[in-house]
Amino acid sequence: MDLVTELAILVLAAFVGFEVISKVPNTLHTPLMSGTNAIHGIVLLGALLVIGPADGALDDALLVLAIAFGTINVIGGFLVTDRMLGMFKGRRREHEDGPPR
Amino acid sequence: MSRADAIALAYILAFTLFVVGLRLLRGPRTAVRGNLVAAAGMAIAVVATLADRRIGDWGLIAAGLALGTAVGIPAARQVRMTAMPQMVALFNGVGGGAVALISLVEYRETGGDLPLETLIPGLFAAIIGSISFWGSLVAYAKLQELVPGRPLRLPGGAALNAVLALVVLALAVLIAAGADVEALYWLLLAGAAAFGVLAVLPIGGADMPVVISTLNAFTGLSAAAAGVALDNVALIVAGMLVGASGSILTRQMAEAMNRTVASVLLGGFGTDGGTLAAGAGSSDGTVRPTSAADVAIQLTYARLVVVVPGYGMAVAQAQRAVAALATELERRGVEVLYGIHPVAGRMPGHMNVLLAEADVPYERLREMDDINAEFPRTDVALVIGANDVTNPAARTDPGSPIYGMPILDVDRAASVVVLKRSMASGFAGIDNPLFRDVRTAMLFGDAKASVTDLLTEVHAL
Repeated sequence: MDLVTELAILVLAAFVGFEVISKVPNTLHTPLMSGTNAIHGIVLLGALLVIGPADGALDDALLVLAIAFGTINVIGGFLVTDRMLGMFKGRRREHEDGPPR
Repeated sequence: MSRADAIALAYILAFTLFVVGLRLLRGPRTAVRGNLVAAAGMAIAVVATLADRRIGDWGLIAAGLALGTAVGIPAARQVRMTAMPQMVALFNGVGGGAVALISLVEYRETGGDLPLETLIPGLFAAIIGSISFWGSLVAYAKLQELVPGRPLRLPGGAALNAVLALVVLALAVLIAAGADVEALYWLLLAGAAAFGVLAVLPIGGADMPVVISTLNAFTGLSAAAAGVALDNVALIVAGMLVGASGSILTRQMAEAMNRTVASVLLGGFGTDGGTLAAGAGSSDGTVRPTSAADVAIQLTYARLVVVVPGYGMAVAQAQRAVAALATELERRGVEVLYGIHPVAGRMPGHMNVLLAEADVPYERLREMDDINAEFPRTDVALVIGANDVTNPAARTDPGSPIYGMPILDVDRAASVVVLKRSMASGFAGIDNPLFRDVRTAMLFGDAKASVTDLLTEVHAL
């Protein structure tokens, strides 16, 4: 793909990001941040693509580390977000059932 | 349809799911689903990438994935909610680190023999990724209190950082101009690393919400740049979405402190002069200590109590005790609301997460503008480990470093009780006249112990 197309995609993605995120309530700022955090774990893909059979030992070591980092970013990010949001959800359900008074 | 087309389509599906997931994250009702949708998008993107023909060396891939899973799952499962800011910083940092490593290896593999349209985004990704990795590690260390959370200033730190930035830029230009020396690339990463460390060290803990959002945006941008270098649309779109959202959060956090992003990142809040505490009226009035028994009586006979939590509540892990106290007061017919300042705590929304963990009903958590309208009819404002966000000097004293920052107007309540460890000055070392207000009483001690005492006393009434 040529550079200009990529830059066009880049700019459009930025606008989509601004549009989608602008109206998140303060309450959800932390889950939003850790959720987007998990999404930039997409760099894992880059590490998967760069690793090849002909690399030297150092390159291999660096890329295994990069894959591990990316995996931590993705898995950790989504899990932590889910845990946080689970608390918001659990509380609501309890509330709908009527809190103990 | 070729395999490459199938992968490209899978990527389109993946980032569609990211956007839909982010949209769902906007409402508390749909947020859990949003996170799952985004995670599904990620799974699709990873599987599609593994189907790429260029993929080699499955053993190493399996090793990396296994290592990351083995570290990531327990870390995410076991982290306490109070330790969430440093965990988010860490997860963010490793993402940036991965970007830097990928750029480095790509450069090494090709011997620097890359077209400029690949080399330049690669260099950008390497620099920003490295800054994000090391900056996040310092943020982690500060939040974990491995290094002091107060601003750490090196003599000539700002000048040193400017020089570092120039050196890194010069190295990047050299490499792009074709200086085919690998050592330069390592130097570039090291320079960016030093820049990241020195940039975050002087920033005080109270400014961490801005720092963490900025680093989040940085990692996103570096991922997008890596996507341009690697011709990978999924990286470009996902990275840029995060870059945009991180930038928005950064701006919102800075606005909530009435400061520019630049002034926060240049750091050293509360250290640029010893005159801060000498603002108007630092000597008029005295501090009035009180006892748990007295406060318990006040709370029990109140109609409306507003709890204002701050970082002190997180440090003391007092959120469950606070919720238990609120429940007991409500049982006795007292209305209890929570006033949440946008930058209370160490990351955006920090207090909301802690109180959610303690099962505080969502509707009781009020944002700043909302709760400020309630303070005039509030009987007791219970300030738990919050300081600067309640400082009336922000409204009244043009000499105060936080003048103009929107605050929670607790001083408009009929009475104020401040739970605080000691009179030692707050994080930023800014004088808070609230503590000497005639309507304010101070309950000294660890927040959790104090709240537990309060609950015991309320029970006894």
